[in-house]
Amino acid sequence: MSLLDRMKRIDRRILFLLMAAGVAIPLLFRPTLTVHPSPIVSRVFDKIESLPEGSKILMSFDYGPSTVPENQPMAEAIARHVLRRRLKLYMVSAWTTGQAQADLLIESVMRTDFTDRVYGEDWVHLGYKAGNQGMINAIFGAMRNLYTTDAAGTNVDAIPMMRDVQSLRDMDLIVDIASGFPGVKEWIQFAGDPGNIPVAGGVTAVEALLLYPYYPRQLLGLMGGLQGAAEYEAALVAKYPEYRDDSKALQIMGPQYVAHLLIVVFILIGNATYFAERRRQKRGRIAGGRS
Amino acid sequence: MKRQIPLIITFSVGALLVLAMFIPHDPFAAANDELSVWFDIIASFAFILGGGNLLRIHGDKIYRRRRDWPYSIVTLGGFLLMLGAGLWSGAVSRGNAMAPGSLFQALYVAAYAPMMSTMYSLLAFFVASASYRAFRAKTREATVLLLAAFVILVGRTPVGYHLTSWIPQPFEFLEIPNLFGWILAYPNTAGQRAIMIGIALGIISTSLRLILGIERSHLGGD
Amino acid sequence: MLRVVSTVLIVLLAPAAQAFADPPSPPPEIRAADTPHDRGRSVDLSWSPSASEESGGVTRYVVQRAVDRPEEFHAVVTLPAGSRAYTDTSVRDGVSYFYRVRAVGPAGESESASAGPVRASQQWFNPRKSNLLVIAAVLIGGISWFIFQASKGRRLYIRKIAGIEAIDEAVGRATEMGKPVLFIPGIEDMDNVQTVAGLSILGNVAQLVARYETRLEVPTRRSLVMSVARETIKEAYLKVGRPDLYNDAMVYYITDEQFAFVAAVDGIVVREKPAACFYMGAFFAESLILAETGNSVGAIQVAGTAMPTQLPFFVAACDYTLIGEELFAASAYLSNDQKMLGSLKGQDVGKAIAAGFILLGVALQTAASASGNGALVNAARWVSSLFRINP
Repeated sequence: MSLLDRMKRIDRRILFLLMAAGVAIPLLFRPTLTVHPSPIVSRVFDKIESLPEGSKILMSFDYGPSTVPENQPMAEAIARHVLRRRLKLYMVSAWTTGQAQADLLIESVMRTDFTDRVYGEDWVHLGYKAGNQGMINAIFGAMRNLYTTDAAGTNVDAIPMMRDVQSLRDMDLIVDIASGFPGVKEWIQFAGDPGNIPVAGGVTAVEALLLYPYYPRQLLGLMGGLQGAAEYEAALVAKYPEYRDDSKALQIMGPQYVAHLLIVVFILIGNATYFAERRRQKRGRIAGGRS
Repeated sequence: MKRQIPLIITFSVGALLVLAMFIPHDPFAAANDELSVWFDIIASFAFILGGGNLLRIHGDKIYRRRRDWPYSIVTLGGFLLMLGAGLWSGAVSRGNAMAPGSLFQALYVAAYAPMMSTMYSLLAFFVASASYRAFRAKTREATVLLLAAFVILVGRTPVGYHLTSWIPQPFEFLEIPNLFGWILAYPNTAGQRAIMIGIALGIISTSLRLILGIERSHLGGD
Repeated sequence: MLRVVSTVLIVLLAPAAQAFADPPSPPPEIRAADTPHDRGRSVDLSWSPSASEESGGVTRYVVQRAVDRPEEFHAVVTLPAGSRAYTDTSVRDGVSYFYRVRAVGPAGESESASAGPVRASQQWFNPRKSNLLVIAAVLIGGISWFIFQASKGRRLYIRKIAGIEAIDEAVGRATEMGKPVLFIPGIEDMDNVQTVAGLSILGNVAQLVARYETRLEVPTRRSLVMSVARETIKEAYLKVGRPDLYNDAMVYYITDEQFAFVAAVDGIVVREKPAACFYMGAFFAESLILAETGNSVGAIQVAGTAMPTQLPFFVAACDYTLIGEELFAASAYLSNDQKMLGSLKGQDVGKAIAAGFILLGVALQTAASASGNGALVNAARWVSSLFRINP
């Protein structure tokens, strides 16, 4: 069998193995990489950086455990930034699985780095409500109709930072961390656009492409995939160096880079075999024509 | 008659909701809210329907020792375990099954979350095999797509930056990170918008066919 | 002596002390009105800033409300300095309200004039959506007109869609090989039009399957979809005269959890090795996982989705892909019903209008920015405002 035939019939499991090695090896060595924030990410950072102390940020957790590697670092970076700047953080979720992700974030951010921030005064966890885009529509009109209690069942009237919140219009910024439907698009359509509230997003790399048509007028800015998360972390670390060790996305960018390059190599080899094959066929046809 | 009733319901509800889009006054506005809640209620009944169907199909498979029946034991075991843990943890901690330290939370963190991440991460492997097999410069259009993919993939890595950082100032736009941004912001957005407009028109046309009762294939044809 | 010192001090410190000693001046003007074009239960408030705000004498504004009479005001909300407006959504329709806005500073609280009475009410039409109404009317009118034309017997030409033509071939091959046909109507619920479109295609596929006496597997992620899919298939089998071949077990619910569903379907594909796989409806990240697994067992695969992010994956891994609107057209195309085909023609009217406005907008915008001509700039702005809900 020639090399060409062997390349053509390559077992897909060999490709899988190469991919596994390409991701695992850099994961062991954790190379440090420099990442520069792109304008679409910087706009989110700059907005949070420029809001006056005490401004209200609504953060929606619309993802589940499957996309944690991409979504959780974004959510953590935003939460750190918001609390560090002493803005008020309201956490909600339009996905059933989102509430659990918010719980995990509370453990890793609020209970580790911000023990001095008070629940109910600096941040509140309102939890999940069913209804998808209908839920967004409902809290856009009146927040308390749907959120009568927080995630733990405490009446919202007993929560100081809920006292001056009637509807989503009271928010200064909405940040949606999402990986599908309902997601950033729905927050733009049902809250951002009708209420003129700035909406920023953090989504998986695949989902990001879908949101570019909304940028920059309807969508303030966007973190797309691990790269977007790493860019936000880079911006955060540049301003607040103490968060260097918490930058999860920056630490796992290495495997992602290698995986990308590996796919480029696969495409190149795939095309090389395709062209070699075509040339062989052409030659065969010419030879066949002569005989 | 069996065919007529669903068609009448579809027509009246569809027309009502279209009107509610432009009329913020009751009863239209209230109907809009009310009907969304009805869907949620029907969907919760569907949970019982789904759970019941799962129990019946896999119970039957185990009982009759059909092909691959041991898998059904795993399915039912997982289903009942999570259901039981959720109910138990919810009862113990006043409705919050995800309370830290609860059985349900432990299962969620230790089993459910890693299994979901694993399935999702399979994508990396399938992207690899699909890119090797399917992404080929067979036509002129495919070649353009291939070049765009190359720029996007390389543009997301530092290699893209180093590969073209020598390009002199006036031709800066040719640097891969700049090309990457340009492709996403212009050709990608233009394509997305065209597809979105086509899809929106398709949705309007399909909805109209449903409301007018012309589309009946989902009711088993005419 | 003490008096002299205090007088001197007061004279010296007066300008600085003024800002802190006196309460801030009240906002000079307060306006309250029913929120326009809405469904009631909302009042819009706006006010001019207190004169003390510029010197830092205001830290926040307190909005107060009274019912029926301008007395006994209660605080509604406290807003940071710099606020100029508030929408009160905690009111009832038909009740008279009075509002006050007090400026609060380090030295106390200002007085405030009251605004009102104001009553919240529902409106019968939302003029902000009149452009949307016109667009909807044109589209619905166009589509209806072509449906009407078609029902009168006018023949309409519809271009061939390769992916739909391939359905017959795929089912035929499954029959020859004696292997099942796998059909997934997306992973969303019945409230998504893509699911309905997928089930419509399922109705047509089921007729073919019944005619060829092939096996059909339909795993679903939503139990409502399962119920509807059963009805669809049952009717399809009845229509081609093979109700005996139908049984409920061909359609089954797996789980609502996205990736658990994918794992189960992948398992079915690997064990049953279907000869034809159809993915028709709304898909998310699982699209490539499903399609690559189907590809690995050598199935003919036809996909159709209106999820732009998943289209590239289906195009790469499937034999045929219905792109966006083709998914919605498929059922009309397969049924060969003239009225259904008419609706597709109507869609083209919409497309032509959209293309026309895009060209006009691009031309105007380009001309305006190149020439800087005021009339052109206004014209470009006007055209783009036609398609905005929030001006």
